[in-house]
Amino acid sequence: MTAVTATPPRDETGRLRAILPKLAPFAGILAAAMILPFVSNDYWALIGTRAAIYWVLVSGLNLIVGFAGHLAIGYVALLTLGAYTTSVLAAGNVLTAVEPFAALAIAGCVGAVFGVIVGLPALRLRTFYFAMSTLGFATIVTQIALAWQSVTGGGIGIAGPEFPSPFNTAWGYYYLCVAFAAICTWLSANVAHSRFGRALIAIRDAEVAAEATGISKPRMLVAIFLLAGGLAAIAGGLFASLQTYITPDAFTFDLSILFFIAILIGGRGSILGPMLGTIILTILPEIAAPLAAWSTFLYAVLLLVIVLVMPGGIAALLDFQNRRPLASNRAIVPRPVALAECMGRNAGNSVLSLRGVTLSFGNVRAIDNLDLDVRPGEIHGLIGPNGSGKTTTLNVISGYYVAKAGTIRLGDKLLPQGRPTLRARHGIARTFQTPRLIGEASVLKNIMIGGTIEGRASFVEALLALPRNRRDERTLNEKARALLAVVGLETLAEIRADRLQHSELRFIEIARALMLEPDFLLLDEPAAGLSGDEIERLAALIIAISRRGTGLLLVEHHADLIFDICDSVTVLNLGRVLAAGTPAEIRVHKEVVSAYLGG
Amino acid sequence: MFASIIASGLAAGAIYALVGITYNTMFSTSRVMSFTAGQLAMLGGVFGSLFTLKLGLPVMAGFLLTLAGCAIIGIITEFVAVRPVLKSLDQHLYVLSTLAVALMIQQVAAIKWGTEPQPFPRLIGLGSGIWDEKFWLPVVACVVTIVALEYLYRRTLVGRAFLAIAEDNFAARAFGLPERNLRVASYALAGIIGGVAGFSSGELLLAFFANGALLNFYGFVPVALGGLGNNRGAVIGGLALGLFQQAANFLVGGIFSSVAVFALFIMVLLAKPQGLFGLSTARRV
Repeated sequence: MTAVTATPPRDETGRLRAILPKLAPFAGILAAAMILPFVSNDYWALIGTRAAIYWVLVSGLNLIVGFAGHLAIGYVALLTLGAYTTSVLAAGNVLTAVEPFAALAIAGCVGAVFGVIVGLPALRLRTFYFAMSTLGFATIVTQIALAWQSVTGGGIGIAGPEFPSPFNTAWGYYYLCVAFAAICTWLSANVAHSRFGRALIAIRDAEVAAEATGISKPRMLVAIFLLAGGLAAIAGGLFASLQTYITPDAFTFDLSILFFIAILIGGRGSILGPMLGTIILTILPEIAAPLAAWSTFLYAVLLLVIVLVMPGGIAALLDFQNRRPLASNRAIVPRPVALAECMGRNAGNSVLSLRGVTLSFGNVRAIDNLDLDVRPGEIHGLIGPNGSGKTTTLNVISGYYVAKAGTIRLGDKLLPQGRPTLRARHGIARTFQTPRLIGEASVLKNIMIGGTIEGRASFVEALLALPRNRRDERTLNEKARALLAVVGLETLAEIRADRLQHSELRFIEIARALMLEPDFLLLDEPAAGLSGDEIERLAALIIAISRRGTGLLLVEHHADLIFDICDSVTVLNLGRVLAAGTPAEIRVHKEVVSAYLGG
Repeated sequence: MFASIIASGLAAGAIYALVGITYNTMFSTSRVMSFTAGQLAMLGGVFGSLFTLKLGLPVMAGFLLTLAGCAIIGIITEFVAVRPVLKSLDQHLYVLSTLAVALMIQQVAAIKWGTEPQPFPRLIGLGSGIWDEKFWLPVVACVVTIVALEYLYRRTLVGRAFLAIAEDNFAARAFGLPERNLRVASYALAGIIGGVAGFSSGELLLAFFANGALLNFYGFVPVALGGLGNNRGAVIGGLALGLFQQAANFLVGGIFSSVAVFALFIMVLLAKPQGLFGLSTARRV
């Protein structure tokens, strides 16, 4: 009852007050950009325009590199593609000439398509491989630009598009590019602060957990590859116009490095940081003119320093909130009673049932012909010695492993095996033996991840911050705060998850799983590493969850906890069911006592 | 034309295979894929031209100095870009740190050596046409390197220690192997192999700073196709790549050969991410 009132839903002005300090730096940069023409000369117009154009590209690339964590190094390829597409269309040397703005829009679409093509390998390839494949693409685009003379003019080049008045003066064009940059900032911030942005970070830092919450990596990545490719190509069109004349030489690999390093200097998962990084890297060679030839060398040194000395980048430097020390005598005091207010009652009565499930790793039978039933509202304990197949059973249920034989049913529906991302939609949530959370995200965001599939707004709605997305955000935020209060950690909502203690992470994982209002909740050793008091509170919380009609499957080593709260218990040994029944029956079961409980 | 395809294909393939082995040598002791592999081969050409043409040293002395120079660069890479990030291997920071070092090498070469390809001396002066030494030298270098590595790994204590660390780092350390020193040694060895690749291919590729980035990619393709750390895969993959690329080069033209190589690379990896001869990936959950 008190839980929800403890964190009252903020009204609009309160929300504004919370956001304002975060907006201030952006407003400051925009203001500085607006007054630049009045305090400097055309030379700075060129540099300012260049920085704005680079940011148009980097704002999209940031979602790939900084948020999704894919090391796309060769993004100059899409800049080149956009520059040539815009120039060729505007010059009309292939088709009839089109308006520069129309050409820019078409280039954006072409760029979006190629963004996906360049990005596709990321769906299957790991870090270094993906970096290499983008690198290869960058080399090829330049070679094609050189060779396809009839269209691109080869080494001689082609004139860039000229935008109509008032954008044909140095400062007029500068304002146009700043406007593009401002819009891109807004778009990328919208994505970053929506469930899509959080899902990207989840895929980056906790991919397995992201799958369990129903986040589909391919769909997420394709969406941002479209966006980043489109923005990069538009940046290319603007770049071509700024250059007035483009040759393949204009698109050196050094540019790619600039984009990439700007993001890393700025810091992962931030927008302000990479923006400052882009501005700094664009200006740096200009104010140190003798060093211009060494600029790429400087970037490389910066990259090395960043990686070795401050992996968080500028964003970590600016993150004052997370430098305040946390109270050291924190206690986790869950309020299970409040659960009723934020979690609907599971009215269904379908049973999660495993029949004859068998799985082997090589010659080892990890699970052998396992039958198991978890009923709604029931707490089912799964115990057994180490290596008896408990966690493996959870992994089969959540779809990480494909059983060699046997079926998993939910009511009369057959659950498809090996598809972890589908489990959340079936109302099955879980926690992990070692908590899998996003260390760099706040506790609140971590919990909101759990509700990702509940969002109704599409990617485009999130991109444009349309009402439906704002509604999603409000619902998810309120629900996450309420659940945070239920597990008793509401004071830590804004703290980075990697600063918390192990026991707190366990409760955060439970809160994240509860975001789904699951029909079935699989808990993998939730009491491991908890103190005696904490285990008691955990027990009360688990019981409260089961009262909402949720069926719980509890893998645990604390025999006391199992016998105290479980309605039925299955004992595994070497992958086989050794015994099954009520706690009272198991406690006196001869084989169980001799094999496992001792005594 | 068929003979030219074979000659230049085998030559290019041998170079790619050597760069691939350079990658593998670094990978085996550190689990790190380093962007410096191609740069080491580039330096082999640049150092070779510097010592023998610019400074006028005898070929043998120039060769040894080149290898020493590349070995030092390899050791520096280990200290600067690999050792500090090994603690958190799962964050893949090595991709960034080795990229940074590779860029530094390339940039210094571009500024100090020049951005134009510069000539490389004729080493022996044997053969002409398709039997020109510029075609068979890389192949010979590749064969010698493989034989030498086989001898090292199978017959010497240091080589066996390398294998032990590559097989199971923790177990090797538990047995008291000096893991850190062996890793440094393997980076020096990688430098030497890269240097051999660059020196033996100098007449074919010239002393050109941009070879680094090129060889980085073409040397990685056989590694990716053959499976990480698999030298046999790298050699087969490298030769196949060289022949395929040169055939495409002669038959449809240079640009399309790059496109073809790239497309093939992506398609094979999408179908088999662990490579044609690689093992499947580890458990995730």
